[in-house]
Amino acid sequence: MRPVSLQQYRRKSAARPAGGSVILKWLLCSIALVCVGLLLVIPLLAVFINAFSAGLGAYWKNICQPDTLSAIQLTLLTAGIAVPLNVAFGIVAAWLIAKFEFPGKNILLTLIDLPFSVSPVVAGLLFVLLFGRQGWFGPLLSAHDIHVIFAVPGIALATLFVTFPFVAREVLALLQTQDSNGEEAALTLGASAAQMFWHVTLPKAKWSILYGTILCNARAMGEFGAVSVVSGHIRGMTNTLPLHVEILYNEYNFVGAFAAASVLALLAVVTLVLKRGVEWRAAR
Amino acid sequence: MSVVVQGLTKHFSPGSAPAISEVSFEAPTGGITALLGPSGAGKSTVLRAIAGLEIVDKGSIAIDARDCSKVRVQDRNVGFVFQNYALFEHMTIADNIGFGLRVRKRKRSQIEARVSELLDLIQLPDLRRRFPGELSGGQRQRVAFARALAVEPKVLLLDEPFGALDVKVRIELREWLHRLHDEIKITTLLVTHDQIDAFEVAEHVVVLFEGKVAQVGAPHDIYDQPATARVAQFIGGANMLTSEVQAEHAAVASLRVGVPAGVLNGDRVQVLVRPHDLRLTRPNQDTPDLNLGEVLHLRRVGGYVKATVRLANGQHVSVECPKSEIDALGIIQGESVLVNVREAKVFAEDYSI
Amino acid sequence: MPRRSVLPGFAPSLIVTLSYVVLLVVIPLWALFAKTFTLSFRQFWSIVLEPRAVATYQLSLGASLIAAAINGVIGLLLAWVLSRYTLPAHRLIDALMDLPFALPTAVAGLTLASLYAPNGWLGHPLQFLGVPLVFSRVGVVIALVFIGLPFVVRTVQPVLEDLDPSIEEAALVLGASPSRTFLTVIFPHILPALLTGFTLSFARAIGEYGSIIFISGNMPMKTEIAPLLIVTKLEQYDYAGATTLAVVLLGLSFSLLLVINVLQQRTARRSRSARK
Repeated sequence: MRPVSLQQYRRKSAARPAGGSVILKWLLCSIALVCVGLLLVIPLLAVFINAFSAGLGAYWKNICQPDTLSAIQLTLLTAGIAVPLNVAFGIVAAWLIAKFEFPGKNILLTLIDLPFSVSPVVAGLLFVLLFGRQGWFGPLLSAHDIHVIFAVPGIALATLFVTFPFVAREVLALLQTQDSNGEEAALTLGASAAQMFWHVTLPKAKWSILYGTILCNARAMGEFGAVSVVSGHIRGMTNTLPLHVEILYNEYNFVGAFAAASVLALLAVVTLVLKRGVEWRAAR
Repeated sequence: MSVVVQGLTKHFSPGSAPAISEVSFEAPTGGITALLGPSGAGKSTVLRAIAGLEIVDKGSIAIDARDCSKVRVQDRNVGFVFQNYALFEHMTIADNIGFGLRVRKRKRSQIEARVSELLDLIQLPDLRRRFPGELSGGQRQRVAFARALAVEPKVLLLDEPFGALDVKVRIELREWLHRLHDEIKITTLLVTHDQIDAFEVAEHVVVLFEGKVAQVGAPHDIYDQPATARVAQFIGGANMLTSEVQAEHAAVASLRVGVPAGVLNGDRVQVLVRPHDLRLTRPNQDTPDLNLGEVLHLRRVGGYVKATVRLANGQHVSVECPKSEIDALGIIQGESVLVNVREAKVFAEDYSI
Repeated sequence: MPRRSVLPGFAPSLIVTLSYVVLLVVIPLWALFAKTFTLSFRQFWSIVLEPRAVATYQLSLGASLIAAAINGVIGLLLAWVLSRYTLPAHRLIDALMDLPFALPTAVAGLTLASLYAPNGWLGHPLQFLGVPLVFSRVGVVIALVFIGLPFVVRTVQPVLEDLDPSIEEAALVLGASPSRTFLTVIFPHILPALLTGFTLSFARAIGEYGSIIFISGNMPMKTEIAPLLIVTKLEQYDYAGATTLAVVLLGLSFSLLLVINVLQQRTARRSRSARK
């Protein structure tokens, strides 16, 4: 589940109270640093160190393996489909929920939050039930030779499912804290709905949209469980990069696995940097 | 471009008390009309309804003799200034002001000219490339005005325009609004809970309590002839005294006031006396006890003095007189004075706040 | 009756949102429950209570609980240190708190499995513990601790940062020692947030898949987690079995979601009242 939204970073830090034993402070800080080192820093560094353990040349060869490259390609394609769709949906849904009252709003919110709380494997299972050979639409799809499960569309759908709440929740959190006066002002000045949206609402929400997109993308590219269920693990065709890592690991090709993982780890680092950047900018 | 409002009624949630109920009034063309009342009186609701930002359950709104109940906000061509200004924070001042014109797809040169014109009008010509966040409250307020006026609206609607500002800035802006209105005679409706706004700026006042119109008229008319005790207490300072009617008159210290028709001897009525309609003088031996009062408290406030006096019948009144008078009188706390009542008004309804 | 609003876009946004949600969430869920209902009550329960399934519940629930508890302690410590003291490279460390959240689970699983293996950087020195860290339940807990850490830290940290310092100062002026102040003033205040973080961490851990299958060894009846059993059943085309277990997991997730919502509302209320 998503723990925090951008809105929480907009508050200012309270001043720290004076007093307190220095020994305690040092003790707590040391333990904290050890925990951070053991739990977070070392695992992250290990990915890169292991990836390059056979040298730069081997690393590059691993990356340029055709299967790895197509895994990267598929990951990018999946994100390229899922993220824009979810951004669009997220903005629309946030507008609806923040600005209007209607019966069933709470149920809608719960449904939107659902992917956050569902195990990724269950998410994948849902789509197998719908589009798998024995699924609801299975026979229909087979008749037209359309492949969803064990093919790219299934992966895209599963990814779409697990990532769609991110942007919606971020933008909703923002719209709920702001009044509609800006939009109303635009309307009194004669703006159409599209003009109002474009000139007033979207600029107001831009940091939240960006933040949600960053989180959405990180999850889309890194999703494992849901995609694993629907993909069929066909090398070179239906393997995303996280799945590829698993395959290499199961073949005891550790350096290869780490090389592929390093790409994902790099993505994670970039995500963290961008996330921090947006938090800082939005709080100003 | 007058604004005529008839029977406006709105409930915010079904079954609850209406926010506004049967509100009707007319705002004269080219004049400034104040919608005055305490918080929650429904004044902003009426204003927003006129703009089209609220949809009423009942009633009609006519701008320039044309019914616009079915007209969308975007098409009503009203200028609206929000309480918190609602400037577009990510646009420059020039872009803010020019927004309405850009929406109407005017030519760039036209927009630039109009924006310059308005920047001069609001006396902020150097700020065109700044952003709202860099401006003071008073400056933002004026930009909000300029933005609303840019499209030459038929009616200008101001929602508590001076609410969030310092007293000094408020005073300046009131004068500025007055001068602006002398230049541009646009029908203006102003929502405020501050009677000073109403008195200093408006020519026409609509007093609202709890969603209903209590009185309509020119400011001084409402002051001199309040329709109800509540209006009397809301506008201008007031002492509300109770008195028993004897011989068709109600007595307040030295003054006996005629009572309205239908009030009988023995009834208790409310009598309004304005603090500055009371004058204190030195009593002499002939002064009837009824007219005496004991000075409980004297406080100097700027150029005048506020005194609390206990009347012979035990009720307290607040008296305001110029400092010079009190000095000449030479009275101090605890002394007895003669209370002269110049004017008082009787209200028959049984109203207490 | 929907209240008419002046703001535009109600109908289009309603249609888009509803279609999206129905197509993507409602229909798939419907398929899940429909499939499960093809089973009789007895069949359903016999699958749910299969020994192998029960073992997975025990592992998933047990390991998640332990991991969430560990995260509660470590997370509280980290949140405390981050909000009250200035560490070297403070901003970097603060950003790193989100790493488990941003890092793909497969990468987490891979690196943890290799680190805690007997010949791994951390596994080797820790061999003296005598406990196998990978291919064991301990490994599962380790992975879940990593995954769930940000949930506690990021839930408790804002509450600590919003805490009005004058409340603590008042306690100190009245003579309370720092530890007493913590126990009687601060801790009760952050307790709802801590519980929320704990529950979030727990809920996430139950459904976790990617990071565990690398480190646990996936041995049935021993280190097999519930999600993995679902995948196994799927691969054997035992759709009914898979959906049954999925429904169990889903039911658990929903209950936890309810608990979390209540806790989060409590936290928000406390936070508002403590703010200056």
